[in-house]
Amino acid sequence: MTAPVVIIGTGLAGYNLAREWRKLDRDTPLLLITADDGRSYSKPLLSTGFAANKDADTLGMASAGAMAEQLDAEIRTHTRVTRLDPANRRIWIGNEPVAYRDLVLAWGAQAVRVPVAGDAEEAIFPINDLLDYGRFRAAAAGKRRVLILGAGLIGCEFANDLLQGGYEAELVAPSQQIMPGLLPAEAARAVQNGLEGLGARFHLGPVLERLEHGADGLVAQLSDGSRLTCDLVVSAVGLRPRTELAAEAGLQVERGVVVDRLLQTSHPHVYALGDCAEVEGLNLLYVMPLMAGARALAKTLFGNPTFVSYGPMPVTVKTPVCPLVVSPPARGAVGNWTVEACGNDVKALYLGADGQLLGYALTGAAVQQRLALNKQLPPVLAELPQILSLKTPG
Amino acid sequence: MKKWQCVVCGYIYDEAQGLPEEGIAPGTRWEDVPEDWICPDCGVGKMDFEMIAIS
Repeated sequence: MTAPVVIIGTGLAGYNLAREWRKLDRDTPLLLITADDGRSYSKPLLSTGFAANKDADTLGMASAGAMAEQLDAEIRTHTRVTRLDPANRRIWIGNEPVAYRDLVLAWGAQAVRVPVAGDAEEAIFPINDLLDYGRFRAAAAGKRRVLILGAGLIGCEFANDLLQGGYEAELVAPSQQIMPGLLPAEAARAVQNGLEGLGARFHLGPVLERLEHGADGLVAQLSDGSRLTCDLVVSAVGLRPRTELAAEAGLQVERGVVVDRLLQTSHPHVYALGDCAEVEGLNLLYVMPLMAGARALAKTLFGNPTFVSYGPMPVTVKTPVCPLVVSPPARGAVGNWTVEACGNDVKALYLGADGQLLGYALTGAAVQQRLALNKQLPPVLAELPQILSLKTPG
Repeated sequence: MKKWQCVVCGYIYDEAQGLPEEGIAPGTRWEDVPEDWICPDCGVGKMDFEMIAIS
């Protein structure tokens, strides 16, 4: 019997790759392995569930069983791969070896956890998958005051969602502005104004040092000496690509698992896709690069080696109180921000020396200009001439 | 007028607003959006959208 294509991970990367590949290959056996329950869901919607009043079961779109049927695949849930063994073209689940024809690492990124002193660490919730979301929703039922650690994209999306869902939200982050590294100050200010208009309170500069149970909920001690009370805490301080098993197996790892434009790791027949993968130095934790990768890799696995390329990839941030679309300039891009602002409608353009558009941030009503601007943006990962041989030149 | 949401990334197409920048006039019903139209946020096709309640 032919060894299956094995995909580790059933998030957007794993399932969308499986779907794209099954459109081309109906015959080769397919095995998906996941440490969670294998439900199919859209991760970006996790930060929209309170406003839309959707619990975890509603956000889950299909069970592992339904997905197995749809994809003509075997799906092993609640199963942790313990070792990769690329030299022998197999993986290990405990002491059970599983052979593969091709292996795809699509196991995503994990939430960064910062150590917090005190006796209430169990009240700190990362929300990085549907099971996390379900746990947080259960804990939040009947509660009111949520403290959010981090004022990045995810922290701000959760703030907007929780406020719209009837909760109070305070955010603590050690930065001078929200979404540092992603937004110029004027755009950050506009979104912060919008969230404050909904009732959000920001504590920018300090970090949470200590969390303790008190008489009226939890007492949060910040590093600037202030104390806040809250009922539970969301941790949204960042994500780190999962790389441990890959590194242990000798695969090249930098920030993510290093892959080439075919999404192949440093070992043949082992590929990586999505949040865990680093393509030409880019580890982008967004849906659009993941989908571009899934479509290219599906063809490659079908025997038609296809380089992945990314067009312009603006990111829509789900802060409906002040809509935000941002296309961050590439690392190393040289230029300057030019900002036009009218209230919370900000049009910030990052222009190179020759006036070429290299990035933008649009807030409020200015987001309507994004499609026109997208046409002027350089691609994030330019197309390569597709080659006919598997060998990469040079 | 209805709203349609991309089940992959959460992008919302609002029939009332259309997408004038892409030549889709305000008020364009979902069934009249071209079949080859793709989600501006993630690149999937129309079949990966579902109708959502008007908020």
